[in-house]
Amino acid sequence: MIQNTSQINPLENEAIYILREVAAQFEKPVLLFSGGKDSITLVRLAQKAFYPAKIPFPLMHIDTGHNFPETIAFRDKLVKELGLELIVRNVQDSINQGKVKEEVGKYASRNALQTTTLLDAIEEFKFDACIGGARRDEEKARAKERIFSVRDDFGQWDEKNQRPELFDMLNGQIELGQNVRVFPISNWTELDVWSYIQKEDIEIPSIYFAHIRKTFLRDGLIWSNDDAIVYRDEDEAVEERLVRFRTVGDMSCTAAVLSGATDIDTVVQEKRESTISERGARIDDKRSEAAMENRKKQGYF
Amino acid sequence: MEVLKIATAGSVDDGKSTLIGRLLYDTKSLTSDKLEAIEKTSKQKGYDYLDFSLATDGLVAEREQGITIDVAHIYFSTAKKSYIIADTPGHVEYTRNMVTGASTSQTAIILIDARKGVIEQTNRHFFINNLLRIKNVIVAINKMDLIDFSEEKYNAIKSDFEALMAKRDYKEQSITFIPVSALQGDNVVNKSKNTPWYNGETLLEHLEAIDIKDIYNSGTPRFPVQYVVRPKTEEFHDFRGYAGKVYGGELNVGDNIVVLPSQTKSKIKEIFFYDEKYQTASRRSSVTITLEDNINVSRGDMIVKENDLPTVAKEFTATISWMDSEKLRQGNKYTVQHGVNKVLAKVDTIHHKIEPDYSGIDVDVSEIRMNDIASVTFKLNKPIFYDKFKNHRTNGSFILIDSHSNNTVGAGFIQ
Repeated sequence: MIQNTSQINPLENEAIYILREVAAQFEKPVLLFSGGKDSITLVRLAQKAFYPAKIPFPLMHIDTGHNFPETIAFRDKLVKELGLELIVRNVQDSINQGKVKEEVGKYASRNALQTTTLLDAIEEFKFDACIGGARRDEEKARAKERIFSVRDDFGQWDEKNQRPELFDMLNGQIELGQNVRVFPISNWTELDVWSYIQKEDIEIPSIYFAHIRKTFLRDGLIWSNDDAIVYRDEDEAVEERLVRFRTVGDMSCTAAVLSGATDIDTVVQEKRESTISERGARIDDKRSEAAMENRKKQGYF
Repeated sequence: MEVLKIATAGSVDDGKSTLIGRLLYDTKSLTSDKLEAIEKTSKQKGYDYLDFSLATDGLVAEREQGITIDVAHIYFSTAKKSYIIADTPGHVEYTRNMVTGASTSQTAIILIDARKGVIEQTNRHFFINNLLRIKNVIVAINKMDLIDFSEEKYNAIKSDFEALMAKRDYKEQSITFIPVSALQGDNVVNKSKNTPWYNGETLLEHLEAIDIKDIYNSGTPRFPVQYVVRPKTEEFHDFRGYAGKVYGGELNVGDNIVVLPSQTKSKIKEIFFYDEKYQTASRRSSVTITLEDNINVSRGDMIVKENDLPTVAKEFTATISWMDSEKLRQGNKYTVQHGVNKVLAKVDTIHHKIEPDYSGIDVDVSEIRMNDIASVTFKLNKPIFYDKFKNHRTNGSFILIDSHSNNTVGAGFIQ
């Protein structure tokens, strides 16, 4: 028997507390799973929160159809190993139904289109709480996000009218049709997540580690070459580079970084020494200073 | 790693955002892309210095007005600690945000503009941090560069503030004064050559030295049950675990306990964190405990040590901070959320309003408005198990929820 629990990471204690509040306060919660490191961390925290019982809510992936194949393979393996329920809803279906229009041109991405598919899925399953892996250190508009963030019937975020959150008391009272976005790792930084993955020895998709990839350069960022998904000008030359990804989103909006870090220890080491934020490698945020805030108002995750 | 949560308070133009930006810059916590953005925007605005306040001012509305309008969270770390700053605005109309920020913090930084000294706003900032019983308060006297780093002027501000301290309710609060220039970096992270007369710590040195382990109420454990874990699997067929966070003190395997409200007695059998068993559940850890006896325990119940019971009552008087545009009046009904427990409450008596600047109380009040602080007695439909806020920061506090809008409309501290 271990002597006491004082050495447990305070951020981990906080996240587990939040996940338990979700299970207790809501009837139909769901964990939004992207296959990225933050949502993988959430799954581990949920395992811990409810042990020895199973995680009492399903996972849902909004698939843009432009994901890295490694991520999808990883997702399916994880769900099978832990015996979890996985719901997948596809952006392609929303496009086919004429609800959203595929973007065209140089910066075309399906990232923003996810919002419609997500809101439809929330309505379809009547989810009242959606747990996500967003962190406040990611971006300025996220820094003001609550842990329990109420969204109206249209999934919209009203940043001027947010509920105050005092002590660690979480008010999950909502009306029918509303839902709450829950962010258990709000207070974690990117380094906190990486250190946790290292300490817990959590498996993550291979694209987080250095590998040889066909890429091209644009606006000082390294883009994946996949002509079926990512638009490329003829003069943007394809070259093989040793890269890894620091964040796993849609292939059309996630840039790679040059790296020789092949395992979790070297990734954490690299992160400690790094001076560029992970959102700096998100093409969607480079569009304008208010990009994230505007997307959030529309109901983006 | 230890995590220290800090609330900041300052008036418009006291340089709060600049101070935070400076902390981030001097601890090398600003990433190159953020720094690039700051350099670019500072240049666009025609400044000949780096405007660090741009590191924290987030929302579009704020950039337009050049002010902070809500609580923003900022993160940085040193080799020793992780820091979370709740950056709260200092306008009169934003008392609610300051109370909110302070409620989750263990330390507060109050900023004073050295040119202006202690002003009415300072009284409010101090009042709120004292009301919320923030253990460590740092008074950063900023813009020292604009008063030629004058020791005399610094001491005059310090003694004005000390006069204010005489009025405080929570006397044990530790208060530290530091002369700084956020813009130029004096005594923020690095010791200043401009203040040879100041022998104290820099702001960061002081933060690094704070011991967070036992800031609040050690000794009185309270375990509100959040969730009942019943796996119903073959392996754990009869397992019945009570998940929750331990507040105030620690719980041990073998402790004699009482479950409230049923008053049923039992003993702690096991303490789990995930799949590991522990002898002791330390403060603020999220554990799952099992009991020796098969008794009925549900969410909202509280497990406490047998010889250390809280008050069990159907009414209480509290100091409340009102946060909603709808007024609180006698007879109004609300939901009280006390930890994870919810009960219905009715406003029985509004005793008086407390001016949050030490200017006194107003007994002739019939309604409480947004940003008011007041003393109110509530009657409850069911008993709750509480301690006085001054004895137990967690078990002595609650939030008020409006049953129609579902909004959090107030916070309270039980007297």
